[in-house]
Amino acid sequence: MTARFDPIVGRYLRLDIEGRAHRVYVEEAGQGIPLVCLHTAGADTRQYRGLMNDPRILANFRVIAFDLPWHGKSSPPAGWQHEEYRLDSASYVNNVLAVCDALGLEKPVVIGCSIGGRIVLKLAIEHPTRFGALIGLQAGAHVDPYYDLGWLNRPDVHGGEVCAAVVSGLVAPTSPDEHRWETLWHYMQGGPGVFKGDLYFYKIDGDIRSQIERIDTGACPLYLLSGEYDYSCTPEETLDVASRVAGAEVEIMPGLGHFPMSEDPDRFIGHLLPILERIRGARG
Amino acid sequence: MTTDIAIDRLGEVANRNPGLLHRGRYLDTSFLLEVGARSWIVRIHQGRVEAVVPGPFVMPRWDFALRASEHEWSMFWQELPPPGHHDLMAMIKRRALRLEGDVRPFMGNLFYFKALLASLRPSGRLDSVAPLVTVMDAVEAGR
Repeated sequence: MTARFDPIVGRYLRLDIEGRAHRVYVEEAGQGIPLVCLHTAGADTRQYRGLMNDPRILANFRVIAFDLPWHGKSSPPAGWQHEEYRLDSASYVNNVLAVCDALGLEKPVVIGCSIGGRIVLKLAIEHPTRFGALIGLQAGAHVDPYYDLGWLNRPDVHGGEVCAAVVSGLVAPTSPDEHRWETLWHYMQGGPGVFKGDLYFYKIDGDIRSQIERIDTGACPLYLLSGEYDYSCTPEETLDVASRVAGAEVEIMPGLGHFPMSEDPDRFIGHLLPILERIRGARG
Repeated sequence: MTTDIAIDRLGEVANRNPGLLHRGRYLDTSFLLEVGARSWIVRIHQGRVEAVVPGPFVMPRWDFALRASEHEWSMFWQELPPPGHHDLMAMIKRRALRLEGDVRPFMGNLFYFKALLASLRPSGRLDSVAPLVTVMDAVEAGR
């Protein structure tokens, strides 16, 4: 194989978020309409490697992904050793807005998966006019806890192993082994307690069932894509959101699970491209 | 019944899989596998399935139990189960599989147990476990 670079450039962004200094890892590829990508709980930007390598997307979109603080190559803030990481709705929204502002993005499109899909709904509720369009992957308004989150961070259980094993079945059985294990590797690499801290938002703090009807797709279009094998955010939960938001467009993707962009990028991009084309067409 | 045959095969299919044995190399436990009205105790030592003992039992001892109906297990043991039936955690989420007892060996070796149970699918394919033979294993084996 001839050595070559991916068309992706990564840099570290210094900025303040909620009054604390952060060093956030940001990568991007392509040019055109800004498309900001939000990774799942306990993972990082590598989940979007498929989008960032697809010339059909890069021709018209500036694809930007950043690791949330504490994730991937974004450091936790100074003093982190004295606290327990816990993501909540407000700080997640502030993270996204801070990075978009720091990069000077004009009406970016945001695509987010799982916790990212949930926060996309939150952005649609609270900040619709700031975004050109919102795309929620595996997006639901609420998830009932179905295991004790304490297992994800304790000294007598290997955190990387258990985090990856908890999510392994969320990858569709039909997804290619290469991408399945790449996706799980990201989970194995998460810092101690980070996945658990994200799930505080996903399962406890971020219940937005009572707010969903406030979404105005006239102010910002909303697209929902969910893989059929996801038992964390089930297709039924995505369809429930879609049924309560006038104008939301929804598609259930066969043969995909909870990490569509990472577990089977080719299959997923087939579903994404028509949406990106419509967004581009509407933008003129 | 098919479940009898499958469960009897558990030791055979598990013990010939080096990736699974590697994952379970620090694992010593016994668990109860309940399939509808019947149950088995599976004894594991250093990742090897040492015994699969069919019930009924008088005063059984085990660390944890996995309990589901025969229908649920037969769905799980299909070659390509439909969504919701394809993974132990998916079954737990639907409340179709009950996990009870001292679940630390289960959660601490979750890849192992997902793969162990999935190995009873027709092809014995191992969705959830990577074949792993490390340099350190080779070094240890040479000692």
